[in-house]
Amino acid sequence: MEFLRPATWEEALAAKADVPGAVPLQGGTDVMVEINFDVRRPAALLDLGAITSLSDWEVAADGRVRVGAAVPYARIITELGDRLPGLAQASRTVGSPQIRNRGSVGGNLGAASPAGDSHPPLLAGDAVIEAESAAGGVRMIPADTFYTGVKRNALRPDELIRAFWMSPATGPQYFSKVGTRNAMVIAVCSFAVALHPRERRAGTGLGSAAPTPRRARAAEDFLAAELDWDGAAPLTGPLLARFGELAAEAASPIDDVRGTAAYRRHAVAVMARRTLGWAWNDYRERVASCA
Amino acid sequence: MRVNLTVNGRAETADGVWEGESLLYVLRERLGLPGSKNACEQGECGSCTVYLDGLPVCACLVAAGQAEGREVRTVEGLADGDRLDPVQEAFVECGAVQCGFCTPGLVVQAHDLLERVPEPSDPEIREALAGNLCRCTGYEKIMDAVRLAAARKAAR
Repeated sequence: MEFLRPATWEEALAAKADVPGAVPLQGGTDVMVEINFDVRRPAALLDLGAITSLSDWEVAADGRVRVGAAVPYARIITELGDRLPGLAQASRTVGSPQIRNRGSVGGNLGAASPAGDSHPPLLAGDAVIEAESAAGGVRMIPADTFYTGVKRNALRPDELIRAFWMSPATGPQYFSKVGTRNAMVIAVCSFAVALHPRERRAGTGLGSAAPTPRRARAAEDFLAAELDWDGAAPLTGPLLARFGELAAEAASPIDDVRGTAAYRRHAVAVMARRTLGWAWNDYRERVASCA
Repeated sequence: MRVNLTVNGRAETADGVWEGESLLYVLRERLGLPGSKNACEQGECGSCTVYLDGLPVCACLVAAGQAEGREVRTVEGLADGDRLDPVQEAFVECGAVQCGFCTPGLVVQAHDLLERVPEPSDPEIREALAGNLCRCTGYEKIMDAVRLAAARKAAR
């Protein structure tokens, strides 16, 4: 096994092109577990730790936030909680403080586990993943086409994830996760909702409820048609129930050690209702305070 | 490969390091610092918690090569010579140490909490220590120890 330590992004892209089997290493919270347990012996480890730009975020000219792939969860919580509240909430549920100091959204995207906590808010918030290769240059991949299978993503063998882009929240965003304890838990299933009042629509994201993280598109269409954006009337029971049903229908979960498919479907419906309820209550308060 | 790093203020060099080796292995087996414990090797138990450039991390999840040129502070580096850190002192006095396996990780994590939050609430203590497992104490004595250490540090 080789240990590659590129000093610059260009060197990293060159190394990934030379050794496509090289596994990018940042926080190590996924990769090192596999190496410690001898389930993976990659040709090389590509340590991205020296590339400081990956740990920066900025507000781009178009107003979107561009967040480096290596910005750890701890900093997303403290530095981006106001702009990306759904992602910050999800980040708070990742592992422990030690894990949140190291783990990053870039790592979550690279691993592409259906249970990764950052995926549902990235989907609900229409994130775009910036990938790059020495030969192909920069490629912008919308989150909802990024996940291609269980622990598989749309990256080409010579590509690395450089950043993700997301618009700052213009409405309330919530994340919810079911697990068997408060800390250090892999989601049994999770759900994110983001209200986009200017566009009169809502985004959703399901985690650990299908082979890939995915949006509940029928549920989103239903909300776009039914939500009373101008009057901000309270949500009715039937509307919430229908939203929960449509969210659950978007799931195609499996039975496994963490939960049954039936339980996951039920939990997705419950989390969908609750997160939408919380988000809509916040929205109503904002509308009332602006009136 | 060779890894150069600073551990508890001292420049150290480890030779013959395997590329997939963890920082934890380097600390324990190559540098003779067995304070950080090797328990789960998957970041679940927190027993190997050390400071890496000032942030607490699980040493089992840091590749040795990633520590090149960095500063590591282990539980051995918290005491001032023979004088224990207030967190260490409080753990001993409160009976928060039983088999001792989880203790170094809990001490480092509690030390970091009190550096950032001098007077933590109980929920803050619980959240800070949520990644550290102890199978002996039931955590109540650990809570007592962190509260005592906070009070002593505040009184200084």
